[in-house]
Formats: sequence, C-alpha cells, structure tokens
Amino acid sequence: MKATALIAEDEPLLAQALRAELRTAWPGLEVLAAVGDGRSAVREALARLPQVLFLDIRMPGLDGLGAAMEIADGWPVGEAPMPQLVFVTAYDEYAVQAFDAQAIDYVRKPVQSERLRRTVARVQQALAAQQQASAPEAMPQALEQALGEWRRLIGAAGAQAASANGGSPLRFISASDAGGSTVHMVPVQDVLYFEAADKYVRVLTAEREYLIRTPLKQLLPQLDAHAFWQVHRAVVVRSDAIEQVQRDESGKLWLRLRGRPEKIAVSRLYAHLFRAM
Amino acid sequence: MKIEWRDVLRHGLLVVAFCFAIAAVITIIWPDKGYPHHLGYSLLIGPLIWLVIEFGRFPLRRPQDPGGWPQGWRGVALTLLGIVVGYYGGSALGDWLIGGGNAVVGAGQSQRDERVSLVVTVFAGVMGSYFFYSRGHSSALAARANAAERDASEARLKLLETQLEPHMLFNTLANLRVLIATDPPRAVEMLDRLNNYLRATLSGSRVLSHPLSAEFERLGDYLALMAVRMGERLRFRMELAPELAGLPVPPLILQPLVENSIRHGLEPKVEGGEVMVRARRSDDGAMLVIEVSDTGVGIDESQLASMAAISSGSFGLSHIRERLATVYGPQGRLELGALPGGGTRAVVHIPLNA
Repeated sequence: MKATALIAEDEPLLAQALRAELRTAWPGLEVLAAVGDGRSAVREALARLPQVLFLDIRMPGLDGLGAAMEIADGWPVGEAPMPQLVFVTAYDEYAVQAFDAQAIDYVRKPVQSERLRRTVARVQQALAAQQQASAPEAMPQALEQALGEWRRLIGAAGAQAASANGGSPLRFISASDAGGSTVHMVPVQDVLYFEAADKYVRVLTAEREYLIRTPLKQLLPQLDAHAFWQVHRAVVVRSDAIEQVQRDESGKLWLRLRGRPEKIAVSRLYAHLFRAM
Repeated sequence: MKIEWRDVLRHGLLVVAFCFAIAAVITIIWPDKGYPHHLGYSLLIGPLIWLVIEFGRFPLRRPQDPGGWPQGWRGVALTLLGIVVGYYGGSALGDWLIGGGNAVVGAGQSQRDERVSLVVTVFAGVMGSYFFYSRGHSSALAARANAAERDASEARLKLLETQLEPHMLFNTLANLRVLIATDPPRAVEMLDRLNNYLRATLSGSRVLSHPLSAEFERLGDYLALMAVRMGERLRFRMELAPELAGLPVPPLILQPLVENSIRHGLEPKVEGGEVMVRARRSDDGAMLVIEVSDTGVGIDESQLASMAAISSGSFGLSHIRERLATVYGPQGRLELGALPGGGTRAVVHIPLNA
C-alpha cells in the first residue's frame, strides 16, 4: 500500500531507526520529511499534507501534543482527509500508561519490529477505510470521526501523573507580581479564562490579568473539568462565562465571554462542544 | 517525660544485686554484726540512692544528653545528692527498723567506723552511678552510630538514584541499539563510555574523593553519551589546566550541574547549544572554582528566587550544596546565575587548603 508520512523525532539516531524500521515494515510508505521539533512538524505537515504522522511526544519548542493540535487546526480539510496520527514515546512517559489503559496504539522507543508491524497494519486498515468513505456525502461524518479519534489520542498523550494535591480541584491561583514580592491569591471562581503565552500562562478575571508559570498542561488536571473547558491548545475557559459562540465565513468558531471584551478562537478539535442543540 | 518502666525495673534489680555484694564486703570489715544485719542496711541505703538518682535525672537532664544521663556538674551533683540522701536517710531508716545502737552509723560507734562506712557508701554509690552512666552512654552512642550509618547509606542511595537516572540509561540503550546495526565502531565507543560512566557512578557513591581530572573524564563520558542522543544540538567544551588535574574533589559533584544544563537549558531549545565546564584557581589562590555554563534557554531572576526559596524540583542543587557543606563547611559553595545572553551558569567554590 502506497502512502506518505512525516516523522517528528528530536533524537537523530532514533529518527533514523524509526525510518529504517518503517522501510522494512511498510515498503510502500514514502517519508516526505523528518523533523526534530514541533514547530517544524507543524510547518512541514501543513505544507506537504502527509497521510500518516509519527509525532514524538517530547520535543523541544512545541511538543508533540501541541504540534498535533496546531496541525488539526490548520489542516485544509477540503483538500485532504485528516492524517492518521501515531504518537512516539519513550517507555517512561506518563502517556504510556494512558495509552495502555485505553488500548491506544503508539510507537514505543526503542522501536521494535514486531510491534511496529502491528501499528503499520492498523494504520493501513484505517487508510483503506478512509479511502472507501471518501464519497463527498460521507465527508462531514468522516471528519467528525477523525477529529474524535485525534481528541482521544491527544487526551491520552497529555495525561499527567495524578496531581500532587490528591485530585481535589484547585481553589486559588497564586500569582506573583513582576517583582516577586507580592503573591495574589486569585479565587478560581473569579477566573474567566487561562491562556498559555510563551513561558507564562495568563490568568484573566473580569477586572485584571495575572501571570503564572505553571504550564497549562499541569494546571488542567487540577481544574474542575465541568467548570473549565479547553477550547484551544492554549486556552481554557470557564464554561458558564461563555455568552456567545459565533461562526465566521471560514467556518471557524469564536467565543465571547461575559465580562471580557476579546473574542476567543475555538480549535477545530473542540468545536464539538458548541454544536447547536 | 516518658519513663521506661522496664529499664527502671532492670536498674532496680541490678542495684539490689549490688547491695548483696556490698553487704558481703562490709561483713568482712565488721564481722561481729553478721551478714543479715549489714544486708538490711545495704538494702535500705542502696535503693534509696538509686531512687534519688533514677528519678532525679529526669528533671535534670537536657534533651541532648546521651543515654538519658545529665552531663557534667549536673550528673556529679545528682550522684552526690543521691549518696547523701541514701546514706543518712537509709541509715536512719535502718536504725529505726533494725534496732538502735547496732547500726552502721549508730550512737555507740566510733568516729572511725562511721567514716569507713561513709567511704564505703560513697565508693559504692559512685561505682554504681558510674556503671549505669557508662552503660547508658555507650548504648546511646551505639544508637547514634547506627543512625549515622543509616543516614549515610540513605544519602548514598539518593546519590545513586540521581546519577543513575533510568531515563538516561534507557535512552542511551535505545540509541545504542540503533548504532549496533548502523555504525558498529561508534556503538563500541558508546558502550565503552557507558561502561566508564556506570563504573564511576557505582563506585563514586563509595569513595570520598577523586582527582579533578577523573571528574572531568566522567563528565566527558556523560556528555559524549548525551551528544549521541542529541546529535548536533549538544556541543560541549571542557577546560582543565594541568596543574589543577590532581586536586581532590567529591566524586560526581559536577554531574547534576551538567545534567541540569542539558535538561533545563538545551533540551527545550530547538537549536540546542553548548555546555562549557571550566576549572580555575581563584584570584587569591585559595579556592578552586569550577564553572558549568550553557547557552540554553536560561532562567530568569524570579525563577532563581523561587528556586532558592523552595528548592523543590532541584534536588540536584540542594544535594550538591549539602555535599559541599559536609566536606568543606561554609567555604564550599554553589552559586547559580543567569547569563546575560541567555543561558545559565553554576559555579562551585572549593577551598584548596582543606
């Protein structure tokens, strides 16, 4: 079976090994690009539109999860079906436990031929099913299904070890001033949304903005999943602060929150949260 | 204050046994009174001394005194108090119970006899006290030595855990697995490096110091292993002047610093960077100064402040500080700072005269 793929893996030897193993396990697979970081993965994936993505979870710059979310958002769904996503991970990352628990297939480092053959068989099967369902009238359902699968994969890959506070939801966000001399205790019920920005996470209430250093990935498991929804790779909003959802000409969704002037973009992966009843 | 009643009972029985012996000695000095008579007095005086000392030591001793005995003048005073109370109280009690003039210290006795019996009592009291004191002391010392040994093995285990990080080991093996098929000579070289690294790590937790040149060689092994993994994203430079090569340093003290540089500095940076390790003599010649710097993503001031405040998540740093303080006292220091062009610098100061 002929197909195209992209490999994103930051350790050159392991990337080389995965490529070599794939040559044997799937001779018809053409590797369009092999990159070493998440940003390059997004760029190359969107430029070359491969059918299969092998993404290492731990990468410098943007990690595999972030790369997958950006690719999902930027993917031109009218031009090509969503690619098959396969995460690559070392034995000791938390994701492994989540993958195993949810029976999700992944590539484990070091790559072992037998296991990789099984992954290849599954991906080939999925590609074949995708080609059969590519009749125009089946498109929206196929896209929904693919996005659902991506959500499941990304959810498992982002799994963290049980948070230190024993799983009870966070009640305060402690944010320090620029000088570090004052710590503000911001009640979580005052927070309207969180937004990841470079090294910081912005914490926004109706009145003002605070910066914290805890990554969104670590913050998310400590928040009440019903009260806060992730709507984008970098944004988590308070669900009952959402006032309006608007769809623009390109089909992209935007949120407006009570008490905040700005519009917030919704990732394609999370658009299912806002379908009209 | 918690009283160990089993210990008290044991002490009491020993005191009673001791009294039987003392009574025998006194019978030899004054055979005319007979053993039962002397035993009676002995069994009154001895336990009274013991009771005063046994229960008197609780309010007197301080928490740091080993073996539950008051140290210094407090111990001596307590022993004397016990002897005085025991001798006079016990004698008076004996006179009253056993019968007037026949006492050891009685109205009809000569001054000489009285003095001898006082000497015997003081001697016995001091001997007994000393016996219990030294027993308590030595068992406390033994317990302390045990605890110290336990602490030392715990520290060794922790050191081993930080140095023999499974993540590093398995990643190296994963890379080795690739090299065996694709580049056998390089695989052999990597295996040798790993071999050196493991040997140093396993023995490094047992020896107290090794030469700086050995420290640099082990860092070289570690960096070479990491360079295989990271490819061109990791470059490194090591500078060691020959005259410093033989100076002793605690084994693998620098390794967590290099590890931090790679993990927190270079790994998150897409283009990677350089790690530099340099050793020099301080300007006044009194200190060995070793610097580990990188051109990684760096840390900012507030991060530095929070690291100093909680020191959690930086077990490596607090561990180095602890080790330096143990070996060199306050002169052994570790400083961490941000570099102006991005990147981080850690500087270890080790006194040369130590």
